Amino acid sequence: MIKIENLSKQFNGKNGTVTALDNINVEMHDGDIFGIIGMSGAGKSTLLRCITLLERPDSGSIYIDGNDILKLNKQELRKARRKMGVVFQHYNLLMQETVAKNVAFPMEIAGMEKNQIKERVNELLTLVKIGDKADFYPAQLSGGQRQRVAIARALATNPEALLCDEPTSALDVLTTKQVLNLLKEINKSLNTTIIIITHEMSAVKAVCNKVAVINDGRFVEMGLTKDVFANPSHDVTKMLLGIGEM
Amino acid sequence: MEAFINQYGALLLNATWETIYMTVVSTLFSYILGVPLGVALSITKKGGIASSPTFNYVTGWIVNILRSVPFVILMVFIVPFTRLIAGTSIGPNAANIPLIIAATPFVARIVEQSIEEVDYGLIEAAKCMGASNFQIITKVMLVESKPSLIRGLSISSITILSYTAITGIIGAGGLGNIAITYGYQRYIESMRYSTVILLIILVVLIQWLCNIWAFKADKRNRN
Ligand SMILES: Nc1ncnc2c1ncn2[C@@H]1O[C@H](COP(=O)(O)OP(=O)(O)OP(=O)(O)O)[C@@H](O)[C@H]1O
Ligand SMILES: [Mg+2]
Repeated sequence: MIKIENLSKQFNGKNGTVTALDNINVEMHDGDIFGIIGMSGAGKSTLLRCITLLERPDSGSIYIDGNDILKLNKQELRKARRKMGVVFQHYNLLMQETVAKNVAFPMEIAGMEKNQIKERVNELLTLVKIGDKADFYPAQLSGGQRQRVAIARALATNPEALLCDEPTSALDVLTTKQVLNLLKEINKSLNTTIIIITHEMSAVKAVCNKVAVINDGRFVEMGLTKDVFANPSHDVTKMLLGIGEM
Repeated sequence: MEAFINQYGALLLNATWETIYMTVVSTLFSYILGVPLGVALSITKKGGIASSPTFNYVTGWIVNILRSVPFVILMVFIVPFTRLIAGTSIGPNAANIPLIIAATPFVARIVEQSIEEVDYGLIEAAKCMGASNFQIITKVMLVESKPSLIRGLSISSITILSYTAITGIIGAGGLGNIAITYGYQRYIESMRYSTVILLIILVVLIQWLCNIWAFKADKRNRN
């Protein structure tokens, strides 16, 4: 379970202070596919970067299975990070390494045994349905296939949660559907909590059981996807649904 | 032509060999020192994975000073040091000392540039997976910048090659030495030409080999 309490983050730039996250509170339960949707600049990426601690929040707490990850020391943090898999919009694969090597990467870092890694790589590539591409390089793959590699890599260390920042924004409609279906399957078969950050309503509708709408660094609406979509209360939600006006 | 080869062939061959020897040894050692230095310069920058502005400033400053001293001056200046290390101040082995000292900061900057080209998203991805800084350096930075590092190697080694010719002034051997003693002091025209031609061939060869290597190594090419 991921629990976020009173999370805030500001950036001090040349044009003054930007409040990217303003007192965020949320609970994500095991097995949830949690969508976080909002317009550009709403603070989606910042939220994800705070959960992965690529960005240090100014205040608040982030509990993963009851432990506040903001209180961990470096060593503990490195271990805790293996409980989270991250999928990026632009895949962030090693371009000079094969698909198999990319998927093996987090396991090598964790110090797993070579034979074990090999076995697990095959298993993961089969799971994401690119078992035949093990010896390919990312440059030889399509965008959808690259994202599958990234998903396999994110799952390598058996994380409890999969965090995806705009995982389908660089993909076409059909490929988007396939990648989303894959995430859904993974959620079903492995019971992995999945957080999907997106600006596409269709992605949320397709796979998320819960959704939070973020605007100006604040969650303006949150709940079961079907409830939020049936009764949108905030203007931004209506607009994202295509029924509101600016 | 035959007479020329009979008279000077062995001499030129030996000098070419010495030049290659100095270039290879100096390049090797300046990379052994320059790669860690270049990586250190890159990662200690503001926003780098081991940000340390003071270290970066001081090291960068030393590198700049070393780079701004003309090679001829540096070479003469450190003769006592060269004697201490190599036991002599003449010959290819002695020449390697100033060559390595001059080339290391150069190599460090070239390496630093290659490291800097690595997509920061990859480094962040590795961080998210719990990679240590050492793992990020060895498994991400040096791996992803490999083609760029190889292209940098061609620049460094050709620069070092041209430096070896300068060491000819203090009797280090190699083609530079031949060019000075036979081409300049004894004023033998054929020797002037042949040393230049041999140096050009070496440069072209290095460039060609590195280009092929860099292309083969770069997995972003869909081959
Ligand atoms: N490193 C930073 N320095 C300064 N301001 C930042 C930084 N990162 C984000 N911001 C600001 O914080 C706000 C939220 O940005 P964020 O990237 O989280 O938005 P987003 O919802 O992910 O948008 P998009 O859909 O365009 O990716 C923006 O106003 C942005 O300009
Ligand atoms: Mg974003």
